[in-house]
Amino acid sequence: MRTIIVGCGRVGAGLADILSRSGHEVTIIDISTQAFNRLTSDFPGQAIRGDGTDQDVLRRLGAETADYFFALTEGDNRNALAAQLARDALHVPHVVAKINDPVRAAAYRAMGLAVICRTDMLVDALARYVGLPGDPRAGNLAGETPSHAVEAR
Amino acid sequence: MFIIVVGGGKVGYYLTRELLTSGHEVVLLEKDPRRAAQIADEIGSVVLNRDGCEGKHLAAAGANRASIVAAVTGDDEDNLVVCQMAKHHFDVPRTIARVNSNKNEELFRRLGVDEVINPTRMALGAIEQDIPVHDLLHLAQLSTGDMELVEAQIEADSPAAGRTARDLVLPEGCILFVIIRGDVVQTVRPDTAIQPGDKLVALSRTDCQDEVRHILIGERAETPA
Repeated sequence: MRTIIVGCGRVGAGLADILSRSGHEVTIIDISTQAFNRLTSDFPGQAIRGDGTDQDVLRRLGAETADYFFALTEGDNRNALAAQLARDALHVPHVVAKINDPVRAAAYRAMGLAVICRTDMLVDALARYVGLPGDPRAGNLAGETPSHAVEAR
Repeated sequence: MFIIVVGGGKVGYYLTRELLTSGHEVVLLEKDPRRAAQIADEIGSVVLNRDGCEGKHLAAAGANRASIVAAVTGDDEDNLVVCQMAKHHFDVPRTIARVNSNKNEELFRRLGVDEVINPTRMALGAIEQDIPVHDLLHLAQLSTGDMELVEAQIEADSPAAGRTARDLVLPEGCILFVIIRGDVVQTVRPDTAIQPGDKLVALSRTDCQDEVRHILIGERAETPA
């Protein structure tokens, strides 16, 4: 499985490590090389400095043949742009955007994008902790949770 | 008409002023408090110090009754999100986005932005006008994205020089539109004779511009040093 991750923050780096360890061919991209310090020292994938919202950069990295694309920068809007670029211009089959503002997250879910929203997930987890039913949308990637995603090859 | 402008940079500021002068109802959203206060001092209480990318702020600005939302910040991703939120969440009939990277122009159209304004391309067009290359000048792209308005400068050695419009067989879907001779603009008729110095404005399909250039002005000249 070929995976592109845009944004090497805590989430991006953590996902890159776990996917590459289970056999994914991972390319992670960030505008700052310092961000790559978050990766484990023996990270086997590619870490590339560049703008993940630039379609030429993504094409050069082979995004058009990728199986998975995760937009995980700290900017909701940048993630929305990168994810739609991957889905509509580069035709990546599985695309997920991290959008932390719940209103924006809901809007993009309604537009058919697979969205993961930290705010919704935390609210859901804490609500469940106190015995409430929680928020069904939290962590739901709109049908975008194929079980083979984490299988080793 | 009620118009929401997002982004209080130079473009947003002058746009808001012009719209107010023409009698429109305008709300300007600017997220930087100092910039917002500065603009409010100059043009009054139409400024909201809010981030227009956030749904609740667009709602507070009255997005559900806006006829137009114009996103003109310096960041392409912000402009896209504002327009998509306006369109899909608030059913705003017309959205306008400024794009700064040429590469995003087509994508924004495909993602449902009604009007894409690209200052980089406009500046490029203006610069091309000053460069004597024998190429088609790109005047405007039509909203469908596959048709473009182009201009051809006819020189003495251009294949079109000395011929009538009737003799110039352009690819299907391409039309000679007007001819600019000196300061005079006239429509092209079948018997219009093309002269060196004329400028021909044509509507051309994007995929047959090479052919149009070949018929009107010949092969591309060497790039000037």
